[in-house]
Amino acid sequence: MTRIGVLDLQGGVAEHVEHLRRLGVCAVRIKKEADFEGIAGLIIPGGESSCISRLLRLYGLERVIYTHYAAGLKLWGSCAGAILLAKNIIGEETSHLALIDIDIQRNAFGSQLDSFTIEEKIPDIDENPIPLTFIRAPKITRLGDGVRALLTMGDYVAAAEDMQTLVTVFHPELTPNLAFHRYFCQKCGLDIENKTGQDMAFE
Amino acid sequence: MSNDRFTLNAQLAQMLKGGVIMDVTTSEQAKIAEQAGAVAVMALERVPADIRQEGGVSRMSDPAMIKEIKASVSIPVMAKARIGHFVEAQLLQALKIDYIDESEVLTPADEEYHIDKSRFEIPFVCGARNLGEACRRMAEGAAMLRTKGEAGTGNVVEAVRHMRAMNHGIRQLKTMPLEEVSSYCRDENIPYELALKIRELGHLPVVNFAAGGIATPADAALMMQLGCDGVFVGSGIFKSGNPAKRASAIVQATTHYNDPEKLVEISMDLGEPMVGIDIPTIPKEQILAERGW
Repeated sequence: MTRIGVLDLQGGVAEHVEHLRRLGVCAVRIKKEADFEGIAGLIIPGGESSCISRLLRLYGLERVIYTHYAAGLKLWGSCAGAILLAKNIIGEETSHLALIDIDIQRNAFGSQLDSFTIEEKIPDIDENPIPLTFIRAPKITRLGDGVRALLTMGDYVAAAEDMQTLVTVFHPELTPNLAFHRYFCQKCGLDIENKTGQDMAFE
Repeated sequence: MSNDRFTLNAQLAQMLKGGVIMDVTTSEQAKIAEQAGAVAVMALERVPADIRQEGGVSRMSDPAMIKEIKASVSIPVMAKARIGHFVEAQLLQALKIDYIDESEVLTPADEEYHIDKSRFEIPFVCGARNLGEACRRMAEGAAMLRTKGEAGTGNVVEAVRHMRAMNHGIRQLKTMPLEEVSSYCRDENIPYELALKIRELGHLPVVNFAAGGIATPADAALMMQLGCDGVFVGSGIFKSGNPAKRASAIVQATTHYNDPEKLVEISMDLGEPMVGIDIPTIPKEQILAERGW
């Protein structure tokens, strides 16, 4: 169980795969049920949540994720991935995988003109400030029992986790920084050296 | 546009990878596209096949219609401005859509200069037939590229030609000795710094989608196997017999482009595809890909 899967239906898949590679982790692109074999964690990447959700349902991969989740699979959703994992989506009647007890508001900042980057210190993840990229990002507006905030910004939560699931409304895979990927791999029980993120070339 | 803004704009395109962007002319079509799994819609008044048939000057769409489509879906909305028509682009930016396509499908407003896209905050996608054209558009500030193909024909041959030319150009640049790069740049009209960057990366620094003539799931998979990052479908969906089914099939084919067995399943019983046009039968002055330079 030293492999991490990246759901490869649509979106920023290659960026996550590259970050995992830089950490020395074996990354597997997940398109179908057989690909889930032997992965310790699954990253659901950024993309369009409505598209990824539809493809998940169409191929019965929701059921596969539930089965592996019940057996201990760790999950991380970035941006659209976080929307797919949220229990409640504000303004929508149905949710998707509903595996973490949060409320999330889609596209909460406006159009692409309102996308932005900042740097924040997130002590649970890394001692150094981490660059964060928000692209048509959602906001986490409520945390349920057992969910803790990793980063709160004003009136919303930008990163949170429970025992098995990590959600970030921003895109760590779009910056050179490896801190979130290292954190997730450790959450999955992988033995990751404490790399700073600057020690391997960023392509 | 600051460097940060350009990066964010190129990154939005990265999030569209592996997805299908569909031309829509009404909010009903936009909803069909969204439900079928489109990653974005292109709002326009007439799809390229109708533009081709009806002729006349083709312009930016009515802002009211773009607004209506924007209100009807949650996925990103793109719209087209004429080549060189920077005021149409200003209007589209003011409308706060997500991406502008400076498109040869509309009648060019300037036969010499494209829009200076670096002066805008909003991202632009532009068509390119080869590496030189791609680099010129990137130098002007395009954060995303697409093949031009030949829009409104349902014929993928031109898109294939443009993608092959792009791959060929990148391969050449990658392997040529450094001392040959500046002459190559002079001949191909490529900014030198950009050429060095592509040489180092081994690929384009921005996302490149397929566009122009994609009509079937197999067409989409073909373009993906040739190395495109995603697919635009213009007339191919809403000019076909069963738009919802075809839209969904093309979305699936773009995901499973490397899985022939799945492609068989996906391609079955889709109804009539759009009627195609053989390129040599099109009068030269009606070839859209020749617009832009």
